[in-house]
Amino acid sequence: MTQATYNGVLNLAAGAFLLAAVLIVWRRELRSIVVLLAWQGLALAAIPLTEGIYHNDAALIIVGVVVLLLRAVVLPLLLVRAVGTEAHERRESTPLVNTTTSLLITAALTVLAYAVTRPIIALDPSPATRAVPAAFAVILIAVFVMVSRRRALSQAVGFMMLDNGIAATAFLITAGVPLIVELGASLDVMFAVLVLGLLTGHMRRTFGGTDLDLLRELRG
Amino acid sequence: MSFLLLVPILAPLAAAALAAVLGWRPLTSSVTVLAALLVLITGAILGFNVRSGVRFGTWNLFRADALSITMLIVIGTVGTLATWASIGYIDAELAHGHTDARGANLYGALVPVFLAAMASAVLANNIGVMWVAIEATTVATAFLVGHRRTRAALEATWKYVVICSVGIALAFLGTVLLYFASLHAGASSGDALNIDVLLAHASRLDPAVTRLAAGLLLLGYGAKAGLVPFHTWLADAHSQAPAPVSALMSGVLLSVAFYALLRVKSVVDLAVGTGFMRTGLIILGLLTLLIAASLLVVQTDFKRMLAYSSMENMGLVAVAAAAGTKLAIAALLLHVLAHGIAKTLVFLGSGQLQAAHDSTRISDVTGVLARSRMVGVTFLVGLAILLGLPPFAMFASELSISRALAAAHLGWVLGAALLLVVIAFAALVRNGSRMLLGPPEPGSPAIAVPRSVAAALVTGVILSLVLGLTVGPLLELFQTAATLLGGNR
Repeated sequence: MTQATYNGVLNLAAGAFLLAAVLIVWRRELRSIVVLLAWQGLALAAIPLTEGIYHNDAALIIVGVVVLLLRAVVLPLLLVRAVGTEAHERRESTPLVNTTTSLLITAALTVLAYAVTRPIIALDPSPATRAVPAAFAVILIAVFVMVSRRRALSQAVGFMMLDNGIAATAFLITAGVPLIVELGASLDVMFAVLVLGLLTGHMRRTFGGTDLDLLRELRG
Repeated sequence: MSFLLLVPILAPLAAAALAAVLGWRPLTSSVTVLAALLVLITGAILGFNVRSGVRFGTWNLFRADALSITMLIVIGTVGTLATWASIGYIDAELAHGHTDARGANLYGALVPVFLAAMASAVLANNIGVMWVAIEATTVATAFLVGHRRTRAALEATWKYVVICSVGIALAFLGTVLLYFASLHAGASSGDALNIDVLLAHASRLDPAVTRLAAGLLLLGYGAKAGLVPFHTWLADAHSQAPAPVSALMSGVLLSVAFYALLRVKSVVDLAVGTGFMRTGLIILGLLTLLIAASLLVVQTDFKRMLAYSSMENMGLVAVAAAAGTKLAIAALLLHVLAHGIAKTLVFLGSGQLQAAHDSTRISDVTGVLARSRMVGVTFLVGLAILLGLPPFAMFASELSISRALAAAHLGWVLGAALLLVVIAFAALVRNGSRMLLGPPEPGSPAIAVPRSVAAALVTGVILSLVLGLTVGPLLELFQTAATLLGGNR
């Protein structure tokens, strides 16, 4: 792999990664949001795979394959199972912030990500590090999704996007954290998503829906 | 010696495996108590050998110094009392139909996993592994908070998992950035996150990246320690969890998360000076105290009252860490231990009150001292400790924290903190006396106290009295830990 291809693939992956986040903000159908999340997982896995091939690092390629399986296949499948069957359960309810405003906020957050990551790029201006604003933008957008959506599942998607953003940051700036930490963190994320999926099911049985506005008993 | 480091992790895991296979029965619940006791005993053995600041390591993966050993002792003490009380608590829940055999089995397996995760967090050498262990506590306790399966319990679980996972995810981002800075300071990729390596390279860490990392770590672990702005899960989770789990969460989990902040602080202080973390901890600590004190004043639910009292104490601990002197850190550690035991007493008592009244409203509970000497007296002792009254240990720790703040020229912080602590004091006294003193309302239900809960309560009171009269060998441990954290001024 030449330097130019490496840069190209890396930038493409980072771009697709950010694009998936923007599309998640735009879409309301829960099932298509989960599909977009799977695509984002694919773009994420492309980063360690590209770096592993370019630097001839077998460990990084293995990590890339694990990330691909977990974030593009297993976790989205867990979430799809948590999407309800009734019509009103399959869509995000009327959002707190309308779509146009949401997209404008997304743009503003992306600009903010460039500002926040300046010290990181200053420390190591390599091609991979230069893509890190995209990963930070996804982190900020994920937090925005979590506070502005009203379905339990959308919050779970926001949480996974947040984790994707952090994983992408790790792959871009340090070629991944040490293996034991990577494995432990992946396991934790998987269990957390599993717990959120199970809770969504409990919620549907107990409250008859997954609108988070139903959660208003505990105050003060 | 170093194989001993595995005992506090493997013993609870073995108990969890046994409970998962055999289910909830006297044997498995007693083995869990034994495992928690082993955590305490290991902590004590290591503590006696660590006097000169010796460290132990196993496979470069685990390490123990005076600070981790102090935390092991806290986990072991509260863990033993809480698992002991769990026996009677869960049997009573089963008898009253608040839970079923499946719920009890899940409880029996998850509590020791929770203990093992906390022990791993304080023994981890690598701060990435420490993060993994702390996030594991969130996963392990999710279904413990939702144990009762009511609407309120489900709501509390959802908020707990979402808010803590997001908070702790920020801490992971901070860890990644610290790793990045450590690699660029010349550490090798395998051990760049090890505490010793970070400390050795601290002076060469890039200041701008380290500040970004420190801010994220402060917010992230702060979420799990009950500090603002991610504190909202705390009262919900503490009020809905079964009483022994509330005791564990309030008494140890919060301080284990704060332990992570102390570790991070020692590295960041060397890299960018003490000012950055000090400012951050003062802001978060005082805001936490402010919110806790205001909500304590208007509180009508006794379990939530205890939860906000935990927030108040974590705020105070954050302010003490901001002072950062040897006296402040040693006092902070004593405060954490005394608070852990006191919260165990009051949460276990509140569990029995909730079982008797089927309510957690303060106005529903009257004349407890006259109705049950066991719950009344132990609750009173717990409250007295939390109020910082002599002869209990929090009197000494709060006095030392005040002195340390004054000596660190943080007079205005001391003034603000004292004012808020006094407000919280008044609220606790008013609500506590309403529940405990006076004649019971006619027709009040009897307060049953299962034998194992009574045993844990009495042991807790004895421990509190001993700790109040003499800190004994622990003092040297606390001081060694304080010196390790750079508090040699």
